[in-house]
Amino acid sequence: MERMPAWADALLVPLISLAVAFAISSGVILAIGENPWEALKIMVTGALGSSYGWGYTLYYATNFIFTGLAVAVAFHASLFNIGGEGQATLGGLGVALACLFVPWPHWSLALIGAAAMGAAFGAAWAAVPAWLQARRGSHIVITTIMFNFIAASLLNYVLVNVLRPTGSMDPATARFPGATSLPGIGDMLTAVGIPFAKTTPANVTLFIALGACFLVWALIWRTRLGYEIRAFGKSEKAAVYAGISPVRITMLAMLISGALAGLMAINNVMGEAERLVLNSVEGAGFIGIAVALMGRSHPFGVLLAALLFGFLYQGGAELALWTSIPRELITVIQALVILFTGALDNMVRQPVEALFLRARKGAK
Amino acid sequence: MAERQAQGRPEAAALPPAIELRGISKAFGPVQANGDISVRVARGTIHGIVGENGAGKSTLMSILYGFYRADAGEILIGGRPTPIPDSQSAIRAGIGMVFQHFKLVPNFTVLENVVLGAEEGALLRPSLARARRELTRLAEDYELDVDPDALVEDLSVGHQQRVEILKALYRQADILILDEPTGVLTPAEADHLFRILKGLKAQGKTIVLITHKLREIMEITDEVSVMRRGEMVATVRTEATSPEALAELMVGRKVLLRVDKAPAAPGRTVLEIEDLRVRDGHGVERLKGVSLTLRAGEILGIAGVAGNGQSELLELLGGIAQGTGRVRLNGTELDLSGRGCNGRARRAAGIAHVPEDRQHLGMILDFAAWENVAFGYQDAPEYRAGRFFMDNDALRAECEGKMARFDVRPPLPALAGKNFSGGNQQKLIVAREIERNPDLLLIGQPTRGVDIGAIEFIHKQIVALRDAGKAILLVSVELDEIMSLSDRIAVMFDGRIMGLRDPARTDERELGLMMAGMDGTRGAA
Repeated sequence: MERMPAWADALLVPLISLAVAFAISSGVILAIGENPWEALKIMVTGALGSSYGWGYTLYYATNFIFTGLAVAVAFHASLFNIGGEGQATLGGLGVALACLFVPWPHWSLALIGAAAMGAAFGAAWAAVPAWLQARRGSHIVITTIMFNFIAASLLNYVLVNVLRPTGSMDPATARFPGATSLPGIGDMLTAVGIPFAKTTPANVTLFIALGACFLVWALIWRTRLGYEIRAFGKSEKAAVYAGISPVRITMLAMLISGALAGLMAINNVMGEAERLVLNSVEGAGFIGIAVALMGRSHPFGVLLAALLFGFLYQGGAELALWTSIPRELITVIQALVILFTGALDNMVRQPVEALFLRARKGAK
Repeated sequence: MAERQAQGRPEAAALPPAIELRGISKAFGPVQANGDISVRVARGTIHGIVGENGAGKSTLMSILYGFYRADAGEILIGGRPTPIPDSQSAIRAGIGMVFQHFKLVPNFTVLENVVLGAEEGALLRPSLARARRELTRLAEDYELDVDPDALVEDLSVGHQQRVEILKALYRQADILILDEPTGVLTPAEADHLFRILKGLKAQGKTIVLITHKLREIMEITDEVSVMRRGEMVATVRTEATSPEALAELMVGRKVLLRVDKAPAAPGRTVLEIEDLRVRDGHGVERLKGVSLTLRAGEILGIAGVAGNGQSELLELLGGIAQGTGRVRLNGTELDLSGRGCNGRARRAAGIAHVPEDRQHLGMILDFAAWENVAFGYQDAPEYRAGRFFMDNDALRAECEGKMARFDVRPPLPALAGKNFSGGNQQKLIVAREIERNPDLLLIGQPTRGVDIGAIEFIHKQIVALRDAGKAILLVSVELDEIMSLSDRIAVMFDGRIMGLRDPARTDERELGLMMAGMDGTRGAA
């Protein structure tokens, strides 16, 4: 069958989905007696109108880039990794251990060490479901969901019984040493003469996230492993014919996916909180699924989608602050965006495609 | 026009054609699948439709059965304009369709399958009782006997096809369309099918037969229409034409129907197979002790009805499936069940494999042609740039070269595999496998779904590889292909080799008997 042009597929369809989601959200806001136009203005100014807003938007976006890439890599192997949440949780534990127990001389070394630990812990957490899928055929969706719960319980236990400083009533680790404190985006930009709010959580990890986007792109479309991952993802039978081992690809794709999810912890645990608390991931692992879906599992698409969700997070927080729109409604709006851009993608795609084909036929 | 003819020819007024298509056009995007097609199928005749793959036969039949809507044109059934927006309307208009891939529920009985979709009322019992009476009648009238209470999954392919025909007749079909009906049948089963079709014709039913087997067209049809590139190029009376003439009409140029090859000059033994056994996922033995030898410079053809173990043999040798027994390639034993039993190891040992299921095994349909060039050979040094990276530029260049050498059309390396026709997909795969210069080529159904022009080309490539001193194991369900390509023929039935024959000293009748599990009557090769 004939297809519509690539740009329409990659940009137009998500934008229309987004518009539909916003239209329905407007209806909901109207129904509770608020002005949707005002609400949108508050969201835009709150998230993008100041360097302070940008700082938060970029911080959230960094989280979502990592979890989005994690889901995207697994998608290419046709594996649905729902366990980003748990892998990022374990990544946080790895980062915390690296920061607390190694006397780092400088933040840059600490960053490398913590990133390695975060990635290793995330990968290790993904390895078990991957092995169960590859060797035992246990469905990865089920096992990764289970492992999210196990990760939360494990972290609870470790924080309460092992890492909690004596005398503290807070289930969290001690504050990380000052040498592990990462430079914020504000500090870095101000240093080169660009004024930027210093009190935002966005930090140097953003650049690592951008680097990860590029590396994932190179992995998927330039390397032999990426070739094998994509081939396996399209057809396991054909991959076997081509001498590609399903066990090996399942393991490697999930290890990379888990490592990416684990890397998120250098942003939220090391860069922002500077200690490990319960539920530090705050649902970013699940948002990653929406980000990967909306970004069509392409690193550049993931980047754009992550920025959008960063905007929604920060704009939503502002909305709750300045209007009487309840916080829950912000979640509803975010859910609508996920619903329309992710799950109901075809609802928009098919009419748009039909329109394009008719226009083309008319032009002939 | 119909009226004018009706005035001029009174008998035409009494018997309007069963089907008349006028100016049917259908485009998929820029591809014109059917362009201004007009054809009449007279009542009570068997009408053949032939054409290369992608000529638009299936599209035309899908329009007639309501799966697609034509962009322009008119359908007349029994002389009356009949719009067919969906398959329900087609059934109401008396059209029944027997698809190439049966649409039966395997764990339902024959009776339940026949009634499915045509139940009357909320309770099944009255419908089933009516269907049972009807089936008994049809069985007597048309030699269509099947046990109504048998589960469809227990039936042979030939019987399953009869169930499909019964389904159509039960729905009062006057017009029966059969799409490649003999592809899965033994010669004997095909003969039986033709007897059924002749019986139906005698009762006044109209039959449209879509096939690419010219022999069947000559044997059974009254009229034949030839399609080429979306257009109806000719409709002729069958008795007034010949296979050669039809082939020329289909392709648009003269075609060599026989394979032109010199006698084989077999050399040293390349492949020794002893007592191969394979079990499927249900523990059923699919290969029951197969032993064969294959020498350099010879083509060994495996004949047999699909599903008698040929696929398992290819897959085991290709490293896709596991099994037991002994296989020696150039004297070195192959691993049949351990870690060394995979496609990578087999390729390293010198085995190339053109799989039977080209679209689901042989290539990744969503990959560009140039990516598919590396499929299976992604580790080859010339396709790599360093330890981790692929040399995409080298692949594109290689793809362009292969497309030129193997006449792949369109010659666009960036086009996705799924956008090539079956024949061109096959040329890409054959190019990939043959140009690795393997010691042993496994090739399954080399020309299934491939158009006549490409068949000729692929056959020449296979013979050329043989003449270069390589061993070729050919599996095909097309007896013609086996007989014309092979230097020796092994017939498989039920997971066993029934015997070896010299193609010069056997015929389709003998092979057909062996394919049906009966011992051949004449001497072995």
